[in-house]
Amino acid sequence: MHGGERSFACLDFVGCIAVTKLEQFLCTSEFVGEVQCQVEQVKLLDRFSTSNKSLTGTLYLTATHLLFIDSSQRETWILHHHIAAVEKLPLTTSGCPLVIQCKNFRIVHFVVPRERDCHDIYNSLLQLSRTAQYDELYAFSYNPKQNSSEQVKGWQLIDLAEEYKRMGVPNANWQLSDANRDYKICETYPKELYVPRTASKPIIVGSSKFRSKGRFPVLSYYHKDKEAAICRCSQPLSGFSARCLEDEHMLQAISKANPSNRFMYVMDTRPKLNAMANRAAGKGYENEDNYSNIRFQFVGIENIHVMRSSLQKLLEVSGTKGLSVNDFLSGLENSGWLRHIKAVLDAAVFLVKAIAVESASVLVHCSDGWDRTSQVCSLGALLLDSYYRTIKGFMVLIEKDWISFGHKFSDRCCQLDGDPKEISPVFTQFLESVWNLTEQFPQGFEYNEAFLLQIHEHVHSCQFGNFLGNCQKEREELKFKEKTYSLWPFLLEEQKKYQNPLYNPDFSPELTLLEPNTVSFNFKFWRNMYHQFDRSMHPRQSVLDLIMNMSEQNKQLEKDIKELEAKIKRKNSQSDAVLVKEPLQSAPPAPMALKTSPCFKKEQPLMPVNDSVRTIEGSNTADNRYSEFMEEFSKAEPAVVSLEYGVARMTC
Amino acid sequence: MEFAELIKTPRVDNVVLHRPFYPAVEGTLCLTGHHLILSSRRQDDAEELWLLHSNIDSTEKRFVGSLGTIIIKCKDLRIIQLDIPGMEECLNIASSIEALSTLDSVTLMYPFFYRPMFEVVEDGWRSFLPEQEFELLSSVTDEWRLSCINKEFSVCPSYPPVVIVPKSIDDEALRKVAMFRHGSRFPVLSYYHKKNGMVMMRSSQPLTGTNGRRCKEDEKLINATLRAGKRGYIIDTRSLNVAQQARAKGGGFEQEAHYPQWRRIHKSIERFNILQESLIKLVEACNDQSHNMDRWLSKLEASNWLTHIKEILTAACLAAQCIDREGASVLVHGTEGTDSTLQVTSLAQIILDPRCRTIRGFESLVVREWLQAGHPFQQRCAQSAYSNSKQKWEAPVFLLFLDCVWQILRQFPCSFEFSEHFLIMLFEHTYASQFGTFLGNNENERSKLKLQQKTMSLWSWVNRPQELSKYKNPLFEANSLVIWPSVAPQSLQLWEGVFLRWNRSSKFLDEAYEEMVTLIEYNKQLKAKVNALRRKLAELETDDRMQENL
Repeated sequence: MHGGERSFACLDFVGCIAVTKLEQFLCTSEFVGEVQCQVEQVKLLDRFSTSNKSLTGTLYLTATHLLFIDSSQRETWILHHHIAAVEKLPLTTSGCPLVIQCKNFRIVHFVVPRERDCHDIYNSLLQLSRTAQYDELYAFSYNPKQNSSEQVKGWQLIDLAEEYKRMGVPNANWQLSDANRDYKICETYPKELYVPRTASKPIIVGSSKFRSKGRFPVLSYYHKDKEAAICRCSQPLSGFSARCLEDEHMLQAISKANPSNRFMYVMDTRPKLNAMANRAAGKGYENEDNYSNIRFQFVGIENIHVMRSSLQKLLEVSGTKGLSVNDFLSGLENSGWLRHIKAVLDAAVFLVKAIAVESASVLVHCSDGWDRTSQVCSLGALLLDSYYRTIKGFMVLIEKDWISFGHKFSDRCCQLDGDPKEISPVFTQFLESVWNLTEQFPQGFEYNEAFLLQIHEHVHSCQFGNFLGNCQKEREELKFKEKTYSLWPFLLEEQKKYQNPLYNPDFSPELTLLEPNTVSFNFKFWRNMYHQFDRSMHPRQSVLDLIMNMSEQNKQLEKDIKELEAKIKRKNSQSDAVLVKEPLQSAPPAPMALKTSPCFKKEQPLMPVNDSVRTIEGSNTADNRYSEFMEEFSKAEPAVVSLEYGVARMTC
Repeated sequence: MEFAELIKTPRVDNVVLHRPFYPAVEGTLCLTGHHLILSSRRQDDAEELWLLHSNIDSTEKRFVGSLGTIIIKCKDLRIIQLDIPGMEECLNIASSIEALSTLDSVTLMYPFFYRPMFEVVEDGWRSFLPEQEFELLSSVTDEWRLSCINKEFSVCPSYPPVVIVPKSIDDEALRKVAMFRHGSRFPVLSYYHKKNGMVMMRSSQPLTGTNGRRCKEDEKLINATLRAGKRGYIIDTRSLNVAQQARAKGGGFEQEAHYPQWRRIHKSIERFNILQESLIKLVEACNDQSHNMDRWLSKLEASNWLTHIKEILTAACLAAQCIDREGASVLVHGTEGTDSTLQVTSLAQIILDPRCRTIRGFESLVVREWLQAGHPFQQRCAQSAYSNSKQKWEAPVFLLFLDCVWQILRQFPCSFEFSEHFLIMLFEHTYASQFGTFLGNNENERSKLKLQQKTMSLWSWVNRPQELSKYKNPLFEANSLVIWPSVAPQSLQLWEGVFLRWNRSSKFLDEAYEEMVTLIEYNKQLKAKVNALRRKLAELETDDRMQENL
């Protein structure tokens, strides 16, 4: 596919240390704008170094990126959209410090020699990182050199109608409703909604009027074997005593659509206190007396504001220089972050038990039904259905429960300059919950951690159209599909990077259902997310990279063997019958003989894949004396690695 | 004494064994002198539990009617439950276990009775001799000598008979230095860094006392390790405060005035009951599945276990940094030089010396820096996390060392020849074992106990190929690098393989590990096959050419 190569590189750019050199970058026309501002002799401080270790280099600002090139030509790229906050610190003797916090948890600390320059950069960044309108976002200028038919095909990659078909709807009990065809009933829902066959239009309309933002109960996931459904909605406008017959009928229709269990669960994912407080505002929760056959349950996930401040606290702790173990653990505890992750996963486990054990349908809601509800519905489906644990399936899951059902990505990720109180790491929590599951079930997922991190990266990058805006209606009005590109085909194209080499689709076949252990000690701090860019904290050798390479190498070797066998077969058939045919397998590997064999020497080195992933970051290359361990496979010298030790400080 | 006297009821039928994550097993319980055995005695899938009495840390008994229950808490942190019908039987079993698991005399321990069922290929007692170590050293430097001054353990009771000291220091001087050091543990060579010739020595604290005693020979000894014009570092594993207080009891630290070429650095590492309590708290926290997140994190924090890990690792990194980066020699000591000192010197070697990251090299390190160096294993490992007695001598010093190694292993998963299982195996054998290796508190005691003649060495068993293969790290690829671990709290983790081992099922993790091993094995096979085919093809081509030439 033409243009494919380039789009790879583009993906790398975003917030990563790119491979492309500046000149190339500037010549590449798809990057809008040239360097707007350039400051030399800028220092990039090591965030955790207590001795203020730093790199000196030049800082460039373009229309889309901030770029820092240090004296050894290493590049640090930061997309303006990734910038969450810029802060100017008081002037020091060495210059004016500028701290940039990114939404992907990168924090860079520059020292600009002249205060004027610093002020200019600060102001430019403030402007560049705050966008007022959608069409100023990177996605509208980003051009991966796809033609329009590829663009259209890219958007068609994920087809939700196809997905509902895969689940087994429509069927005898569930049908597609056109009630929301023009977003008339609910602006924040998709057009195509699946509802019980017995739910007539008046029931739908009536129910939607009794639900916050018109978000009436609809199907999110249908479990074929159990004939049970996960449905989602927003809170009822019940106040202290209001009731709505249509809404009651709606719930009854959902329970009747399940032939295996007439009882259904209604999960209010909020803490009981919050739900009760909502009653005073004319909202609230279902009164069990008014609805027949429901079991009502609170599961206590906190609201977006609590989550936002929790993450803030977490980042404050993890960003502390010279942090002690106890300050870290107590900070982790005080932030409440892992408690929230556990609450989300516990809720999903509750939902899954209702479906898998009792074959009961579950209706999930919170207040508006687009944050906690999305978390619980999508995680529930992920635990129930192994399809969502594949790369494609995970994309589908995000498209379904997050994008189409109107999780407010724009507001939550602050894509446009808006209300800071709307920002919340709800989707990040979802990814983190999934990561926790991948840690417990290392063979259960087709994708790896890098996939989750890359998705997180692009939820904030505004480089692709998928996550822009708050709901489908908005996306259609702004014609995102015509003006921007979909992320998914790009991820699929480089899916090798995201594949879990240990994935086993048949892994415990009885376990299409995952039953995670949610005892507290299973939840860990996600270092590779929150310290993604703090390489000194990572393991210096990555088992995942190694196994991924090996798995790739195995495929290549299998191919080589086939080719070699074919060649030998040809040779054998050419040569005289006098030649004794040995079974191939019996030829013992004899590396010494190989090395002396003149024919072998003419050959290319066996594998292009080198084992440099085993090399250790942060060690001196001069120390790399691999020669004594050379086997028959030539190993490339490890690439130049930086000297990063400084783990222990001398104190007297 | 006959064990039979302690066994009041040797056998009870219909006992039910409960273990977490396994179905209950009904069977016959037998007590022998050293084992508690439960056998289901069914033909189809006979399940057996063999538990060494010495592995039992504490027991509890409960009664519901005539059904008694004994909860056995083991030193390897496992907890099992036995339901025994009949009150008398239950009481008898409980008191027998109690007696058998708390035998006073070392010579009654299982290693003295154990008869190996395997053929000894290599006698582990002779696998790691100081003489061999010295031979290696003398191939790179002649500045050191092997001193037999402690031959009859007459100079230092906790040192081995032979030690490596600077060549320029004679035995007479060593005797004087021994008088100046706590427990006579004069400075000896711990590690020689081939790359730059710098060394690490270890000793105990100097006995300066309040009036600032000095010992010229001591100064001469440690100065003998310095290059001309170079400074060295003394790493004191106590805080300055503690070191100063030690003077009142006759101990102390090296005064700048008398050791002008040495810079002293204090790195506080905890010892004794503080560590033991830390372990008890940590295991308590790990064993309670009902903790909510906040409680779990605060319990984990309150245990201070990871803080100790960080302290120890930091001190070891510092020592390694002095040697490798600063090009300076180092002397490490605390008070006695038998605990925190050894943690630091052995971990620094893991960081610096690739040999210590091989199985044999690691075994040799454990022998040199722990067994021969006189870490009092018997005292430290008498009880584990479930002990009720507040004895002063127990402390998980060696377990902390293993945990630190595990932390480095996690950060450098391809740099170690052994896997986590090897470390866990060592942890188990230090607390309860059929082998004599970890009995006694020093070489002196071991020689008195005649362990070499009367017991089997752990290394004789472990180093057989079939056993060794269980502990190999499939990811290992030798490298000759110095490996610098991160000691940031975000980089340190709870050692789940030990502390959560009995608290959750590791089925999926184990299966994933197996899959990884399979993948690596397959890779090797494919490579071998490609090579074979290439060779074959090359032969065919050569034949062709020969035929053409004919």
